[in-house]
Amino acid sequence: MKKVYLVADNIISPIGFSTEENIENLRLNQTGIKKVDDDYIWSEPFFGAVVNNDKLSKAWESISSDLGYTKLEKMMLLSVSKMIVENPSLDIVKCGIVVSTTKGNINNLKGGLDKKAYLSSISETIQNYFKLDHTPIVLSNACISGGLALAVGKRMIQSELFEDVVVIGGDLLSEFTLSGFFSFQAVSNEPCKPFCKNRTGISLGEAAASAWLSSKKDTTKKEIIEITGDASANDANHISGPSRTGEGLYISIAKALKEAGLDSTQVDYITAHGTATPFNDEMEAIAFNRAGLQNVPLNSLKGYYGHTLGASALIESIVARHCLINNEVFTSLGFEELGVSQSINVITKNEKKELNRVLKTASGFGGCNVALIIEKVAS
Amino acid sequence: MIKEKYYISGFCSIKEKKVFKNGNQLYVDSESDNLKDFAKGIYKYLELKYPKFHKMDELCKLGFLASEVLIKDMKEVDQDTALVLSNKSSSLDTDRKHQESIQDREDFYPSPAVFVYTLPNIIMGEISIKNKLKSENAFFVTESFDAEFVSRYSEILINTGKASNVICGWVDLDNDKYDVFLAFLSKKGKIELTKEELNNLYNQ
Amino acid sequence: MAELREELKEKLIEQLSLEDVEVSEIGDNDPLFGDGLGLDSIDALELIVLLEKDYGIKLKDPKEGKAIFESISVMADYISKHRTK
Repeated sequence: MKKVYLVADNIISPIGFSTEENIENLRLNQTGIKKVDDDYIWSEPFFGAVVNNDKLSKAWESISSDLGYTKLEKMMLLSVSKMIVENPSLDIVKCGIVVSTTKGNINNLKGGLDKKAYLSSISETIQNYFKLDHTPIVLSNACISGGLALAVGKRMIQSELFEDVVVIGGDLLSEFTLSGFFSFQAVSNEPCKPFCKNRTGISLGEAAASAWLSSKKDTTKKEIIEITGDASANDANHISGPSRTGEGLYISIAKALKEAGLDSTQVDYITAHGTATPFNDEMEAIAFNRAGLQNVPLNSLKGYYGHTLGASALIESIVARHCLINNEVFTSLGFEELGVSQSINVITKNEKKELNRVLKTASGFGGCNVALIIEKVAS
Repeated sequence: MIKEKYYISGFCSIKEKKVFKNGNQLYVDSESDNLKDFAKGIYKYLELKYPKFHKMDELCKLGFLASEVLIKDMKEVDQDTALVLSNKSSSLDTDRKHQESIQDREDFYPSPAVFVYTLPNIIMGEISIKNKLKSENAFFVTESFDAEFVSRYSEILINTGKASNVICGWVDLDNDKYDVFLAFLSKKGKIELTKEELNNLYNQ
Repeated sequence: MAELREELKEKLIEQLSLEDVEVSEIGDNDPLFGDGLGLDSIDALELIVLLEKDYGIKLKDPKEGKAIFESISVMADYISKHRTK
């Protein structure tokens, strides 16, 4: 079976328009979440992480003068364009492309622009912009989309459909999703506090990101990072409530570890989902304990980015790649005191730390879960 | 890569007020003039007793009913059976309903029971709950049914031991127009799995 | 009050898509969650919307819902005391 390497990436988020800028701000514990006062999104101020429109327009002007794109499309195209500039050997035209998004341009429904609301319109936009040989496949699998898209990319390479796959993820902070999460009583009235006793819910965010998966490891000058295990499993329990036993997440972790040929003692760091809703974080703690991972240092990056839906697990995997390269972990922002029933080891300060293997997990509506093992390849 | 042979051991479709299983017409309803009643008719025909069905949105009902037809005569479905579904319109049918509920700021009552269905992968959640499938799920959105991608992706799931069988297909609903096709892929069967064969069965 | 209770039963069946349930089958004091009508967490959230939309009652803390939605009787009592429309 072919090996699959994570060789390059980019993140466009409220805390940076390049991966380096994002990592630097994570290191400074800078959050993108702030009080948003934007009547287009919500009638009252709320806490969320939005990409500044002026900053985006300016960055967009540097690559194109065409203004006929939506905000999300600009973010996605900018992300891929930046990755191409930084990686001249990436021949995007020949790559397989997976687009990860939960709602795409759904905010266009508000103005009656039905056509843009079809997720395939994003696929078409990306194909036309980069003049791609192959039509991008859109994956829409709730909050695990970004992580599952990496698994899908890995599987596409392993089934010999492609040598190289680019995964592009993105979602907007829209009235559409915010109103839904409010109706679920799931939005925090302060910046979210994953795994904390005082957590009351999520903060939403928006971002786009891209990652290049390749079967060839010589495409990168940086330390070589491989995705050695991936698995997804459904809870088969409830369409919105997380499983009380962490069933699907536990199965995903066990299967991903098995594929990677590892046991739980060999995991150095967990970059968890940690949405900061009472039930989600509790479920994760239970699953990690069942998997024997309760002592592994863990954080959630939702305190920095908010929940960016289809982008979140992709961004968190990209950050994991750089944590492996730089041998460092970041504090789990928003966390004060453990607020789950089973013990887990939440990271409370930035640390330099020898890292070899990272576990990335995500869980979402529909009872879906995903686990990825991201490893440093011994040179 | 060593390629094992896989088979299409069953298939079904729901289109134009008819339900087909393995190519044979199973149910027809020329009376009902809306999707809700049509779906309820199939539910009754299958003699299902599953109150959760009535809470589903129409897209989920279609996918759920097709899965029930597909596995009707099987003794049990292995817990490791993966679901690989796709469509063109994602959950837009319900997205429009949610949008309607928030269109007017003076009359702003988003419904949690509607919002939860604004994700297409919920269909797979519903099928998983009913059949206790604790396996792989993936929902893809493509312009039309991509038999090549769906069959290759399903093959790799079985080939790598990530799933024992796969229920794959197309579950689309847009402005009352629906098109549903599911196939059961496994290591046993009479019809060998190829993209051409999967496409032929979809187009039947 | 009996009228409000009947009205609530009808609304529950309609809003929560309880197709196989008849108004006459819901007892005034039957538990709505758990073993009773078998409602779940989404139904509870939907009832919070119903309180606000139809009776102008906005719960300060959604956790209050648990006690209010115990049975049709309890719900009717609460609504008659707090309704603004």
